[in-house]
Amino acid sequence: MSRTYLGMPAFPRAAAESTRDGTLRANLRHATHTIRAKRAAAVAELEDWERLRAAGAAVKDRTLHHLDHYLPLLEENVTRAGGTVHWAADADEANRIVTDLVRATGEREVVKVKSMVTQETGLNAALEEAGIRAYETDLAELIVQLGDDLPSHILVPAIHRGRREIRDVFRDRMADWGRPAPEGLTDRPADLAEAARLHLREKFLRCKVGISGANFMVAETGTLVVVESEGNGRMCLTLPETLISVVGIEKTVPTWRDLEIYLQLLPRSSTAERMNPYTSMWTGTTDEDGPRDFHLVLLDNGRTDTLADEVGRQALRCIRCSACLNVCPVYERAGGHAYGSPYPGPIGAILTPQLRGLASPLEESLPFASSLCGACYEVCPVAIDIPEVLVHLRERVVEGGPVTVGGNRTVIRPAKRHALERAAMRAAGWAFDHPAALRRAQRLAARTRRVHPRRLPGPGRAWSDTRELPEVPEESFRDWWARTRGERP
Amino acid sequence: MTDGPAHSAGRARILGRVRRALADVPRYERPEDHPVPRDYLRAHGERTPAESVDLLAARLTDYRAVVHRTDPPGLPALLAELLRRRGAHRVVVPVGLPDGWLAEAAVEQVVDTAELTARALDAVDSVVTGCALAIAETGTLVLDAGPDQGRRRITLVPDHHLCVVRAPGQVVDSVPRALERLSPVRPLTWISGPSATSDIELDRVEGVHGPRTLEVVLVESPEPPS
Ligand code: SF4
Repeated sequence: MSRTYLGMPAFPRAAAESTRDGTLRANLRHATHTIRAKRAAAVAELEDWERLRAAGAAVKDRTLHHLDHYLPLLEENVTRAGGTVHWAADADEANRIVTDLVRATGEREVVKVKSMVTQETGLNAALEEAGIRAYETDLAELIVQLGDDLPSHILVPAIHRGRREIRDVFRDRMADWGRPAPEGLTDRPADLAEAARLHLREKFLRCKVGISGANFMVAETGTLVVVESEGNGRMCLTLPETLISVVGIEKTVPTWRDLEIYLQLLPRSSTAERMNPYTSMWTGTTDEDGPRDFHLVLLDNGRTDTLADEVGRQALRCIRCSACLNVCPVYERAGGHAYGSPYPGPIGAILTPQLRGLASPLEESLPFASSLCGACYEVCPVAIDIPEVLVHLRERVVEGGPVTVGGNRTVIRPAKRHALERAAMRAAGWAFDHPAALRRAQRLAARTRRVHPRRLPGPGRAWSDTRELPEVPEESFRDWWARTRGERP
Repeated sequence: MTDGPAHSAGRARILGRVRRALADVPRYERPEDHPVPRDYLRAHGERTPAESVDLLAARLTDYRAVVHRTDPPGLPALLAELLRRRGAHRVVVPVGLPDGWLAEAAVEQVVDTAELTARALDAVDSVVTGCALAIAETGTLVLDAGPDQGRRRITLVPDHHLCVVRAPGQVVDSVPRALERLSPVRPLTWISGPSATSDIELDRVEGVHGPRTLEVVLVESPEPPS
């Protein structure tokens, strides 16, 4: 069974988890620092990086500003190439469309490529309810699925699991899902990868329905692009008879030529490679090569609400490279799960509250989960000014104002002061065991206050209201959360 | 399903929301009016064709593809030798594999046809194909399912892929130059090294689902006189 993010945050789970926190933090630190250095080298190789970045941002802006032009164009070209386009205004609609499509094939199981959008809609749970089993095929997603867990990083979703834990998960759970792990499985990464290869191959060869997302959709040609490393994407995109791709409407780019920008920006920014091992591009269906039926489900689910915010809409440029996670001091401390959605880190802090609306204390707290240090903006390959959006959203939380929810414009009231302080404190909790980061953040918050002269609560305010920094022993964000929310540790 | 009422309702709702969300965009503004600076480079550095081929070889190697170089007359012997070393008995080939490439190889050739199932492919040892082009700067092979490449699945399921690149003709310098030459109408597969994962403690492991061994043969013809 796959867990969903519904009802998050539910940080404290089992006592076992708190012991895992040390591992989590060590893994995260190791991961983010390794990727960071490699990425800088891959980016430095291109002397025109800044120009590519400017072009990448501009093409996305052009698309977003004229999405009413590009979406019908995309639909027309996908249809002309033999695909079928569906429109899903929200998660339930998307899940219903996909479930119906799978049902129509008569199949009871599907193979899936890692796709954040189907995590966002909770598709696996919906399929399960309809008696359809969805197999995650990305290695990390497989680890997460077998371990009945949630992803914690965009690029390396099982970053919070060490090799020994992965071995145990494979040994104990693979048999429940299909081919069991080989006898005497070791915790060597190569052996673990081999176990996954064998376990999944059987499913690739058997399954007649594949489900994917896409990194890009080209409006003028109707082409979809999936960028990956392991080859599980190629398996799901080419072996099944029916392919269903669920894609957020913001993944559109106008022209074929525009791919020359993103296929340079994305791999270098994401995995720090000149090019990722595999990229698949397909336009509708091709006789005798790949799926006979291709369905594209275009998903809104809060994207048009985000589009309605002139400051916040830049979040829709995101190409999900995860570079902003890897430089973020808050993410490094808090871990991916703390963000309560498939989108962790700085991008999650601005995207989730906009996609879902400032609907609960979780969403209200997310814009405060930042020290506004600006590192995320510096690395973002499409130049999303994340600090600007954070400050904008904080203002919305504090002062209220117009927002669009479910396509309707409404005005939200300012968050109640005590609720707000709690939200800010929650997000800031990580910092209390990090006085240096805290001081830096306070300085930055003070600086920002000049830009936004009215009230800027948030960590700066919350912290400055704390007369004395509490002497907190080494405590993780999760533990802190558990303690302050009074939930079972 | 495209014409169902649910379909058009969802479509109308989303497009309506998009239009309302974009109320600040002037009505007269056309998409092309929104400026896109395209002053980035078409390629990074100036190279002779021979230098581009050298760079391709270096970048392929960097991503753990095994690179061999030969001239056209030497190709059949080299392919035969590589398959022998690999211990390959059954080799899948696209329908349009050029005559003679496997003339010296002592292998059973399995021709890619629509009847060839994924399971049958899983039982072959190697696949030999050409490519549409190769990108020097990134060490990338691009396959477009042309007659000398076959359906996408044949370069995916077998564990060993031998890919022939005709140099310098098929070698381009950069990603922008590659896209200029490719057709979006064809299904494309871009391959940069064997499949890999870093999902376990960020340790890079070669080969998860795609071919775990990628061998590239650069067949170098003398440069045409300029
Ligand atoms: S916001 Fe920018 S840096 Fe972060 S994941 Fe998206 S594109 Fe990458």
